[in-house]
Amino acid sequence: MNNLDYEKILSDKVKNVKFSGIRKFFDIAATMDNVISLSVGEPDFKTPWAIRRKAILSLETGHTRYSSNSGMAELRDEVCKYMQNLIGVTYNPKNEIVMTVGGSEAIDIAIRALVNNGDEVLVPEPCFVCYSPIVELTGGVSVPIVTKVEDNFKLTPEALKAAITPKTKALILPFPNNPTGGVMRRGELEKIAEVLRGTNIITISDEIYAELTYGGSDLNKHVSIASLEGMRERTIVINGFSKAFAMTGWRLGWVSGPEPILTQILKIHQYAIMCSPTTSQYAAITALSSPEVRSDIEFMVNEYDMRRRLCVKSFNDMGLTCFNPEGAFYVFPCIKSTGLTSEEFCERLIKAKRVAVVPGTAFGASGEGFVRVSYAYSLKHLTDAFARIEEFLNELI
Amino acid sequence: MDNIRSKILHILRGNARLSDEQIAAMLGIAAKQVAAEIAALEAEGILIGFSAIINEEKHDPNAVTAIISLKVSPQFESGYGVIANKIAQNREVVNVQLMSGGQYDLAVTVKCDNFREVALFVSDHLAVMDGVLSTATHFILQRFKEKGALFPSDADDERSLVSP
Repeated sequence: MNNLDYEKILSDKVKNVKFSGIRKFFDIAATMDNVISLSVGEPDFKTPWAIRRKAILSLETGHTRYSSNSGMAELRDEVCKYMQNLIGVTYNPKNEIVMTVGGSEAIDIAIRALVNNGDEVLVPEPCFVCYSPIVELTGGVSVPIVTKVEDNFKLTPEALKAAITPKTKALILPFPNNPTGGVMRRGELEKIAEVLRGTNIITISDEIYAELTYGGSDLNKHVSIASLEGMRERTIVINGFSKAFAMTGWRLGWVSGPEPILTQILKIHQYAIMCSPTTSQYAAITALSSPEVRSDIEFMVNEYDMRRRLCVKSFNDMGLTCFNPEGAFYVFPCIKSTGLTSEEFCERLIKAKRVAVVPGTAFGASGEGFVRVSYAYSLKHLTDAFARIEEFLNELI
Repeated sequence: MDNIRSKILHILRGNARLSDEQIAAMLGIAAKQVAAEIAALEAEGILIGFSAIINEEKHDPNAVTAIISLKVSPQFESGYGVIANKIAQNREVVNVQLMSGGQYDLAVTVKCDNFREVALFVSDHLAVMDGVLSTATHFILQRFKEKGALFPSDADDERSLVSP
């Protein structure tokens, strides 16, 4: 007979962390057949073949061992070149970058390296689900800053100033944003940087969707806050291969920033993880250096962009006002006109029409009134789903 | 793929059932412009038609598609044109293409209701035709990709239904 009282044994911090709202909705969707899902946070494209081929070659030639803790030197060199190109910031491949197990580990060790008991971490919401739980597990206090549809889900300097206290240790800057698709353009980041420059607050800029920033001109390309004057020294930049390179299952990302921070981050990584998967690292070298892969990425970004426009139009036509997202692969239509809450909307939609979209509340309380729709699906899949959603809306009236 | 024309063709190649409005939304232009461009492409003979991608063997397990390679002797003045056009008149012929390489000249794709029909078509119609020197028939056993579309398998979308 098992007479252990697990409640008493388990860590209070862990017990207090809530399961993600995504998981709750997954449990509902998983009990149903013939569901058309618009709920995934990963590309529909497979990893470009050149990357897969390099991974296979690395296995065939027996490269199956640990790499150095911070990652293979050749890969770190490539990542630094890539960062230089993408955001115009120079990092020293020797001591200012650590290859991680996806962006997720990078978020974890960046937060752990900064937060002392009681430190406050500012988290713009709605946002990806992991920041607050990790802050809480680290003994910190997560302080949400609500971003609003009328501000195009951008972080405003006013909201930021209002949230800062003497205990503020860090700001999470999750743009391009999951779930809203909101982005921060250069001018908007300048205003945020102005608030932060005079402080000791470290920005953790999660730029995993950087390449998925839409718009024709160079001005519309992704800008990192780390590239602004006086910000490199107070910013940790997180990125990875999952989204733009369609490499979710490979679990490879990185964290980069000033040497004194990265030296501490490396200790956590070294003890907790040892090194990120070697096969993925070999593949990633090709991901960054191959012109063939570059053209595959441009192809994917273009496909996402076309689907994005179609999604925005389709929801607006249906009467669900949809903010025009300029990044990631999600749209975040407003469902307030139906009179339903986000959870009610999603539960009724999946029950009536077998279409799965995620309640905005899964990404923070401020997601109420919205649902997240992923367009990482084929056009046929999307248009079939829209037809069902439209039927659902007509039957609601 | 920089001009609107190429972009429209790219979208249609992938899915020809989208409306002008949907294509216009995807490209950020007016539906009228899409309609005009498609009309012009048709008028210029660039856009020939819209057809479905069908898993023929699944629809009719007895149906047979074969690619027949033909060696033919080109003719005075018309070259391969007359004979290729003659072959194209047959109802069961789906594609006729003049090929480079020297191994053979014309690739003819035929779709018939059964194997016997293919064999009879080759022996009674193609092999006996003036100018046809030899034929070789290759049956399609299984399709994996057609007009850019992968044939779906159970593992097609292995992603979880819902993920963050």
